[in-house]
Amino acid sequence: MYAQMVKSTGEGVKDRDAMSPEEAAFQDKVDADIKIEPRDWMPEGYRKTLIRQIGQHAHSEIVGQLPEGNWITRAPTLERKMILLAKVQDEAGHGLYLYSAAETLGVTRDELTEALLSGKMKYSSIFNYPTLTWADIGAVGWLVDGAAIMNQVPLQRTSYGPYSRAMIRICKEESFHQRQGYDIMMKMAQGSEAQKKMAQDALNRFWYPSLMMFGPSDAESVHSAQSMAWKIKINTNDELRQKFVDQTVPQAEYLGLTVPDENLKWNEEKGGYDFSEPDWSEFFDVLKGNGPCNHDRLNDRVKAWEDGQWVRDGLLAHAEKKAARKVAAE
Amino acid sequence: MAGVDKDMLAQFLLRMGDNTLILGHRVSEWCGHSPVLEEDIALANTALDLLGQTQLWLGYAAEVMGDGKTADDLAFLRDAWDFRNLLLVELPNGDFGQTLMRQFLFDAFHSVLLGRLLQSSDQSVREIAEKASKEVAYHVERSADTVVGLGDGTEESHARMQAALDLLWPYVGEMFASDDIDRAMAAAGVAPDPAGLRDEYDALVGKVMAEATLSIPDSSFAHKGGRTGATHTEHLGHLLCHMQWLQRAYPGANW
Repeated sequence: MYAQMVKSTGEGVKDRDAMSPEEAAFQDKVDADIKIEPRDWMPEGYRKTLIRQIGQHAHSEIVGQLPEGNWITRAPTLERKMILLAKVQDEAGHGLYLYSAAETLGVTRDELTEALLSGKMKYSSIFNYPTLTWADIGAVGWLVDGAAIMNQVPLQRTSYGPYSRAMIRICKEESFHQRQGYDIMMKMAQGSEAQKKMAQDALNRFWYPSLMMFGPSDAESVHSAQSMAWKIKINTNDELRQKFVDQTVPQAEYLGLTVPDENLKWNEEKGGYDFSEPDWSEFFDVLKGNGPCNHDRLNDRVKAWEDGQWVRDGLLAHAEKKAARKVAAE
Repeated sequence: MAGVDKDMLAQFLLRMGDNTLILGHRVSEWCGHSPVLEEDIALANTALDLLGQTQLWLGYAAEVMGDGKTADDLAFLRDAWDFRNLLLVELPNGDFGQTLMRQFLFDAFHSVLLGRLLQSSDQSVREIAEKASKEVAYHVERSADTVVGLGDGTEESHARMQAALDLLWPYVGEMFASDDIDRAMAAAGVAPDPAGLRDEYDALVGKVMAEATLSIPDSSFAHKGGRTGATHTEHLGHLLCHMQWLQRAYPGANW
């Protein structure tokens, strides 16, 4: 899940009686699964919440290039290098679709970028963890993209048309990403002792941060309740986390790797695994900027933006000159 | 094809594949750090094309060498002196302008050369050139547009692009410095003698630089030693430290 703890109106779901006729008509459309399009009337809270959610998702795609990009120049074969490059390029493309979807809500890409760089907007906590070995690239695809897919597949049915359409495109690519990650893990788990050790180490380090991607339990959250009523959030964080664990544990077993949780146990009654909660104090530390890589990630983005200023200015100046010359010639 | 010396053909193929490998690697270093999202995507595209071409050139080189090696062995297990790429492509990225100037100076050469390789007497060379020339036609169009846009942009972008051209121009001459390998390839109809491509190259580069309002340095000095492997820059060794690290640290592992 690339959007965590997105704030909504903070007031909970509005009672039908308290809704204006416009709001009631809007909610009827959402309830009937009719997509909301950019020109349609929408509550201000819906628009703002979506900007926060889509923007955070877009930022996550962009910052998410960095931990994987960290291994492009060290990928072990030509094929692996190409697959990883293509994957990271896809992430940039996802960022582009999502910024475009956000733009339909009346915010520019530059405004969103400024909000990311100034720390006003967040990106997913997961990208503040380092990729230390090649197996981490496998683990990111398998676990991080796997967790993202859990959230994004239902979001294909989200109420906002441009967001839903972006999600449909993104999901197609994400499932390929997850498969390539698992494929790396397979090679590592079946490889030399050193490779097996890398694979286990990667699982050890990425397991709990992956569980944190879904955010803390939101069963009682007023923000989540409103977002669910608006169908911009489809499942609760706990539902998605459970689904992720249930899907991932057998995959780890197949790889011959051990999930780093002593309390992990199949629960016949609920038809799912019991598992340990991640350390939520660590999660909040990471959100506050104290994760292992927060400083480096944001610095990289700020540097890219500042170093690129002259390029953006130069290309813009040229485009203006060209247009002026064209007008002069006519 | 009967008359071609296998060793010489292999050297020619290494020159082609090492250029695309090393430049593809350099371009891939930008991933996630470009001035705009569209450039990130475009640079990754370029790197992907170049690496795809590398698989073909080095794969064919390995086949010609016939000692059971693969394209990966050639990429990841040779030392610097065995590399046959132009010095230009191993130079560090510098700023975005320097990267795009290097790209254009190479793309212009690459597109002219690949155009001739479409007529190669060697079927495999012809087939690789057919695929690569389509990709490179787009590369040169894009890098030329960017060089023009930044050259004829703001005062700062113009100055940066002129500085990039001044820095990189002495690495252009090596593209056309032919030797016995080139003469053997030309005699067998495998590839043109690069010395004969200079006029076409100068015409293309001259046109783009004029449009970009940039001045080509008035010097014919050329650094050499990349395509012969005699004297690479210090930069190549560092690039290989990154690129080859896993293969060297864990010999024989399957990835």
